[in-house]
Amino acid sequence: MSTSSTDLTRRTAADLATAIASGETSSVEVVQAHLDRMAAVEPAVHAFLHVDGERALAAAARVDADRAEGRALGPLAGVPVALKDVLTQAGAPTTCGSKVLEGWVPPYDATVTRRMLDAGLVILGKTNLDEFAMGSSTENSAYGPTHNPWDLDRIPGGSGGGSAAAVAAYEAPLAIGTDTGGSIRQPASVTGTVGIKPTYGGTSRYGLVALASSLDQPGPCARTVLDAALLHQVIAGHDPRDSTSIDAPVPDVVGAARSGDVRGMRIGVVRELGGEGYAPGVEQRFHEAVETLAGLGAEVVEVSCPNFSYALPAYYLVLPSEASSNLAKFDGMRFGLRAGDDGSHSAEEVMGLTREAGFGAEVKRRIILGTYALSSGYYDAYYGQAQKVRTLVSRDFEAAFAQVDVLVSPSTPTTAFRLGEKVDDPLAMYLNDLCTIPSNLAGNASASFPVGLAPEDGLPVGLQVMAPPLADDRLYRVGAALERALEERWGAPLLAQAPELAVHEGGVAK
Amino acid sequence: MALTPNDVADLARLARIELTPAELEHLAPQLDAILEAVAKVSEVAADDIPPTSHPLPLDNVQRADVVVPSMPREAALAGAPAAEEDRFRVPRILGEEG
Repeated sequence: MSTSSTDLTRRTAADLATAIASGETSSVEVVQAHLDRMAAVEPAVHAFLHVDGERALAAAARVDADRAEGRALGPLAGVPVALKDVLTQAGAPTTCGSKVLEGWVPPYDATVTRRMLDAGLVILGKTNLDEFAMGSSTENSAYGPTHNPWDLDRIPGGSGGGSAAAVAAYEAPLAIGTDTGGSIRQPASVTGTVGIKPTYGGTSRYGLVALASSLDQPGPCARTVLDAALLHQVIAGHDPRDSTSIDAPVPDVVGAARSGDVRGMRIGVVRELGGEGYAPGVEQRFHEAVETLAGLGAEVVEVSCPNFSYALPAYYLVLPSEASSNLAKFDGMRFGLRAGDDGSHSAEEVMGLTREAGFGAEVKRRIILGTYALSSGYYDAYYGQAQKVRTLVSRDFEAAFAQVDVLVSPSTPTTAFRLGEKVDDPLAMYLNDLCTIPSNLAGNASASFPVGLAPEDGLPVGLQVMAPPLADDRLYRVGAALERALEERWGAPLLAQAPELAVHEGGVAK
Repeated sequence: MALTPNDVADLARLARIELTPAELEHLAPQLDAILEAVAKVSEVAADDIPPTSHPLPLDNVQRADVVVPSMPREAALAGAPAAEEDRFRVPRILGEEG
């Protein structure tokens, strides 16, 4: 049976894994097809900062050899995956999208990386992001922005725009993102893909370069709900190397994704996440999707979370405070860039010069903001008060989850905006995370699923599902129900409506 | 509360980031606008609300006191801007007159 390489890149991860396991195709063929696709579309999309085709093909060949020898393969063995460049992989550069780490090759694997490699997944390369994951558009990457495959003049979201765009552009069936304030869910929303932020502590942060330690959480990006669940299953679970890792069984996310049964489920629409400031097409598709869920047997009610309106300001105090502390390690002494070490400058001066040269504008903004919020005299009014708001947001969630099984809202107030539109207007940029931030502050599980195109601009709209801590399976149950019903209506996945990308001539990766 | 370029220069010094006068001029009004927006948290009457520093109620986590291999010295030094005699080489720590 002949399968063109284009067909292989369009298939789901679940399907590819079955085809590899059955011998219908090989991991080498699958990986090569994705490398070819990258060569064709990367000049336009720029989802990747680093690709090591040779290493990926060698890993694929090992999976094929294991299969030939009859060894047991994991459920995603041989399937390619893209890794956000804020997680380490030994032997591949980790830049975090920053000049301060340009060329730095970590000596160890992140736990998420190690679990994927142990499961036989093949890492294609490292994806682009806003510098140190600070941003909502990937425009803060020191290595240039990623372009949204739906419209190359628009942002792919951020910070994980590279991972979302790689998946949406068929450069990889799966990717890893990290979500601190929406960096998995907002890119998923604006690229018409699936993105899940697990319960805080559900996936390990070991080997994840920290932005805000109490908020950061790695999670899966995919084109289908089941694919995301399969990747979630691989990367999740207790890790003794992360002191905040939860020592409890991983919720049955794969079972939930296969079921998609929402009959009798109580779904709460968050009153505060809608109305003024939300694009009409976003509201329209969101409400249609909620009606769809009601039609499938879910019980829909409106729920109020009055303190959510304070979540965004609290987040922009908590995050810069933690970031200013976490990024103190980039001092030019032990790794990464060192500037001004000409014999005339002291270590302290070299630190200042290194951080001036190595950090971009948004990173400087947030470090200085955090320094301010943590300084004596302001601590109580800013950081202290933000921590109390955090308690109130968690209490809103607790009260809501006493009434309903999950909460829903639009994932983002608008669809993808144009590159450059908000790049020097931090406050406008921060508003992108309005709906996603509450779950980071409270640590509960949350996801974005595609629910259609906004009629006014033809761009993807995402629906956010929020579930209680450790009830990640509910996200997949709702996501699978929506995916099934909507694809039946559309006759194909949403991404089938995306324009075909112009293929770069002569690009064949080796 | 308007933040001046001088205030930003003080904060940048604390954060060990050299900034040019042009950057200070550009950053001051931006940071001021952000601070004005985040000051909304002060509207919440929260005197009796306990602060949350972390989403999970966690106790300190300890591992068994067993020696495990640590990162080899060469690996730790491989990414250093400068290394010498199996150590990180750093610029002088003390001032000229120190």
